[in-house]
Amino acid sequence: MATITAVIASTHHPFYYRASTATGADRPPFADEWVAKIEAFRETLTRADPDVLVMVGSDHFHQLWLDNMPQFLIGKAPFYDANYYNEEREFGLPRMFVRGDEDLSAYLLREGMDAGFDLAFSNELRIDHSITCPLITLRPEADLPIVPVYTNIFAPPLPQPKRFVQLGKTIRDLVESWPSDKKVAIIGTGHLSLELGGPRQFGPHGPDPEFDRKAVEWIASGDLERALAEVSLESLWLPGNATHGFMDFMLMMGVAGEGVRADYTDSLDLFHTMEAYFTWYPGGAGGPATGAEGAR
Amino acid sequence: MSKYLLNKFLFTVDRDPDLVERYRADPRGTVTWWEAERANQILNLPAIEASTWLKFTADEREALATHDYVQLFELGAHHFLTLTLFIALFERDYDEPLGFQKEYAARLSHWRLPYPDIST
Repeated sequence: MATITAVIASTHHPFYYRASTATGADRPPFADEWVAKIEAFRETLTRADPDVLVMVGSDHFHQLWLDNMPQFLIGKAPFYDANYYNEEREFGLPRMFVRGDEDLSAYLLREGMDAGFDLAFSNELRIDHSITCPLITLRPEADLPIVPVYTNIFAPPLPQPKRFVQLGKTIRDLVESWPSDKKVAIIGTGHLSLELGGPRQFGPHGPDPEFDRKAVEWIASGDLERALAEVSLESLWLPGNATHGFMDFMLMMGVAGEGVRADYTDSLDLFHTMEAYFTWYPGGAGGPATGAEGAR
Repeated sequence: MSKYLLNKFLFTVDRDPDLVERYRADPRGTVTWWEAERANQILNLPAIEASTWLKFTADEREALATHDYVQLFELGAHHFLTLTLFIALFERDYDEPLGFQKEYAARLSHWRLPYPDIST
């Protein structure tokens, strides 16, 4: 059976690529600290030495549209082109190209449906920054095959938070039962409090630092009980109008397991939104992280 | 209310570099053309299979024709689509980093929760 060597959850800040590659007067004052934190975070994946990456994210109205909107979708393709014209335009993101692992995609689709999730699929999927941002931060070589898992955190009606958690648990179980000798890392990105296109956008911090503080603690400690008690589709409007992306963090908490404390936790208070980085090592395959503020 | 159609306009203009420039230069003309020629095109179907029933309300048409993102917010257009397209339209006119985005927030600052419903 396959081995999960790392479970990783993080924010996906589309400005990282431009900030980290800018030089001279164009380089923002926070770039060096941000790069140092990302490089430490990247090491937590590198040491897990995966063969395949399952990557959870959300299409930002690129390929998936309101005339035919899936709630949960798994890509099943041999290759994925990545990033879009409007992401080049706004964020300076590069075009990318990654391989897919069709065997694992097919396994997750078949077994996922048999486990109670009527998953949509795509045989030709262009992935966006919800998946390429973690590739850029965690595996910039983009040399490993991926299985993209897309969730709808964007276009109401949305699935309930508990379904994200259940899907995360199911993905964990299915990858562990995949008849393969490969090492798999499961990586998912979401948001803490975030406002886009509203009065609280682009402030000096995220729109709700108190929510962020609680959310980081829920994730770091695997406190699904409290997260599920305090989070609802309605409540997620309060910290910011794009905070439903937190449900992808809840999905990753389902992958990591109830009550399982992250082996590595770090965060960075930026303008606009707080960055947060978490790594778990199921079975201790990669060992606990050292350095930065890790291993709380 | 045709929030879906508002979103469809924002979505289809945002993904096309030529349309972004056309909408910046001639918003009313672009909206008029788009409603006549594009509003009923189903994106994954050939033109002969177009819909027959989609049109803007007068308020929606006017909000788009005047680049009025505050009104689009109040009509329940999806906040992400509006923001993304309007950054493409107007960020270039501001010297300060995030200058447009901060002005956008300020112009919406009279809003408190709950915001207008974006459900379609």
